[in-house]
Amino acid sequence: MTATTSEPNLQPVQKSRFTRKSKSRGNFELWSWVFMRGSGVLLLFLVFGHLFVNLMLGEGIHAIDFAFVAGKWSNPFWQVWDMLMLWLAELHGFNGVRTIINDYAEKDSTRWVLKTLLVVSALVVLVLGTLVIFTFDPCIDPSSTLSQCK
Amino acid sequence: MWSWVAHRISGVLIFLFLFAHVLDTALVRVSPDAYNSIMETYKNPVVGLGEAGLVAAVIFHALNGLRVVAVDFWSKGPRYQRQMFWAVVIGFVVLFAPFAIRHLSIVFTH
Repeated sequence: MTATTSEPNLQPVQKSRFTRKSKSRGNFELWSWVFMRGSGVLLLFLVFGHLFVNLMLGEGIHAIDFAFVAGKWSNPFWQVWDMLMLWLAELHGFNGVRTIINDYAEKDSTRWVLKTLLVVSALVVLVLGTLVIFTFDPCIDPSSTLSQCK
Repeated sequence: MWSWVAHRISGVLIFLFLFAHVLDTALVRVSPDAYNSIMETYKNPVVGLGEAGLVAAVIFHALNGLRVVAVDFWSKGPRYQRQMFWAVVIGFVVLFAPFAIRHLSIVFTH
């Protein structure tokens, strides 16, 4: 008796040399997907506003110096704006790079090293950025012309 | 597929810039001179062109991100994804052209 059917090829085109254990993490990936879309839409307004005020108005990029930053951060409106932008942008970028690491780093140890670097860099940016925005003293400039520094 | 690649590359670029941007802005907490001297080193045509590239990456990532949201949440989104890609391209030109003229004229005339 001769074979009448050919064996279907069930092998994936390119199989990874590494296997991954799936750890169930509830709905974490669903909420991270929702967060990317929600934070993305908010960031569009925050970042476009930031770029317009800092680069298009007045003297543009040439006006940026300590006095420019002092003028903005002496106003709670811009402190809150910049803190929201900092946290949303850093977490949005953190989550995006986490996805890229998961996509391209096949070895467990490689993913662990890259994600550790990512977590450390995100903590530095969030802690340093938040401290700078809220402990900033515009009056350390002796030539300040701000009314609150007189 | 290429819009997906460009979305990833522009995203990583912006994330790397954000790291540097937070560190250099933190110098305002050190002293006005420390911050001003770093800002002075940025005021040259090479960095100016880099800033234009960064803004181009931000505009593309923002507009293509809206397209991704529309594909995911709008019932007709997947059907119109190609047309929406061209809307992203047109929106990019409309926003980036005036910015590039304004920013590069400041960069190259000072």
